[in-house]
Amino acid sequence: MIAIIDYGAGNIFSVKNALDYLGLESRLVSDKESVISADAVILPGVGAFPAAMKKLEATGLVDTIKAEAQKKPFLGICLGMQLIFEKGYEFEETEGLGLIKGSVIKMEEPDLIIPHMGWNKLEKLNECPLLEGIGDNDYVYFVHSYKADCEDSSIAAYSEYGGRVPALVYNGKYVYGAQFHPEKSGETGLKILRNFGELI
Amino acid sequence: MLAKRIIPCLDVRNGKVVKGVNFEGVKDVGDPVECAEEYNRQGADELVFYDITASFEGRGVFLDVVRDTAKKVFVPLTVGGGIKTVDDIREALRAGADKVSVNSQAVKNPQLIKDGADVFGSQCICVGIDAKKIAENKWTVYINGGRVDMGIDLIDWVHTIEKLGAGEICLNSIDADGTKEGFDIAMLKAVCDNCSIPVIASGGAGKINDFYEVFEKTGATAALAASLFHFKELTVGEVKDYCRNKGVIVR
Repeated sequence: MIAIIDYGAGNIFSVKNALDYLGLESRLVSDKESVISADAVILPGVGAFPAAMKKLEATGLVDTIKAEAQKKPFLGICLGMQLIFEKGYEFEETEGLGLIKGSVIKMEEPDLIIPHMGWNKLEKLNECPLLEGIGDNDYVYFVHSYKADCEDSSIAAYSEYGGRVPALVYNGKYVYGAQFHPEKSGETGLKILRNFGELI
Repeated sequence: MLAKRIIPCLDVRNGKVVKGVNFEGVKDVGDPVECAEEYNRQGADELVFYDITASFEGRGVFLDVVRDTAKKVFVPLTVGGGIKTVDDIREALRAGADKVSVNSQAVKNPQLIKDGADVFGSQCICVGIDAKKIAENKWTVYINGGRVDMGIDLIDWVHTIEKLGAGEICLNSIDADGTKEGFDIAMLKAVCDNCSIPVIASGGAGKINDFYEVFEKTGATAALAASLFHFKELTVGEVKDYCRNKGVIVR
């Protein structure tokens, strides 16, 4: 069973719909026991970093998430991916989950249209089980205004938009983060979610 | 590089697509869910459902359409029409929409943009604008399906909604809409040059080169069409192949 953490941030139903479609058993959860008993965990999220972190803290799940992410497949999506890092700089400096080294910064380039909204190509940088079967011309759907600033070794794939935008990050063990929305990225996104399901 | 998006729009009334056509393999031409699946197969980058139902009962049927589509089609869905309050936005998002498009109501009550963006994030709030030319390089904003001139300068309105937190603009030209003579390049260019959020071009698409032209000549990041795709004059795939061959980046 995949636990989708429901902490009042974002369209969790889309993630559930995609997992249902793939025949992957999942549940929307907001309690410790369900996260601990799950085979894998997905942390979705849209909105702002500080507000989302506060909501996550309010569920009392932060320590559980940090511990479980060392033991079982964990995937952060969009804002959920950004929360994986040590710090966010949206509006104010906010501490993240610290599962991967790095921070989250504003995307700033002259003449760059923000948000980065639409389909962009995945450029592979490092091996990652979630990219199994994903080709060099596969696009995924993004919508965000902040991006991860992290070491190259943590980046499985990036996209070009006013410089490199970390698209899929991976700590080499259990922690994965997708800046894009796999649940809204057509066949490519479904394939990535299927790959995640196969880690169980 | 970010790909240019091609977006079919489905007008839905009482749970049926208005102006439906006979797609191959689509049994019920009026079934929005089947049409959405067909557009998805053709390579649509997003889908817009526009509720033109006037009744309260129709709203429930419309949201069922969105709900059913979101279980089968995994590309972004935008819902427009009938969004008047933050609760309406919440209801649409809970049904599986990723964004809502607000038009007349945003003009009548601009605070809706800010409230929506504050609660759900700017990425959820697309502001639809209907505008008409009044002089060289000057346009005003209309509401109620292009029937009422609000006398608001288009560029001023664009600046206002961007400040309020709109995440995207869907710009429809009343002059071009229905003419099939191409997108309103001058208007789109003026808006794209005056804002830093994504702009969807709408109104006027009649032939395949119109899509290439709008991407070539303006900063629009997406192009939307309804009847052109409904009447099967072009498929999304044909438009994308054509643009790709001309050097436009598409998915």
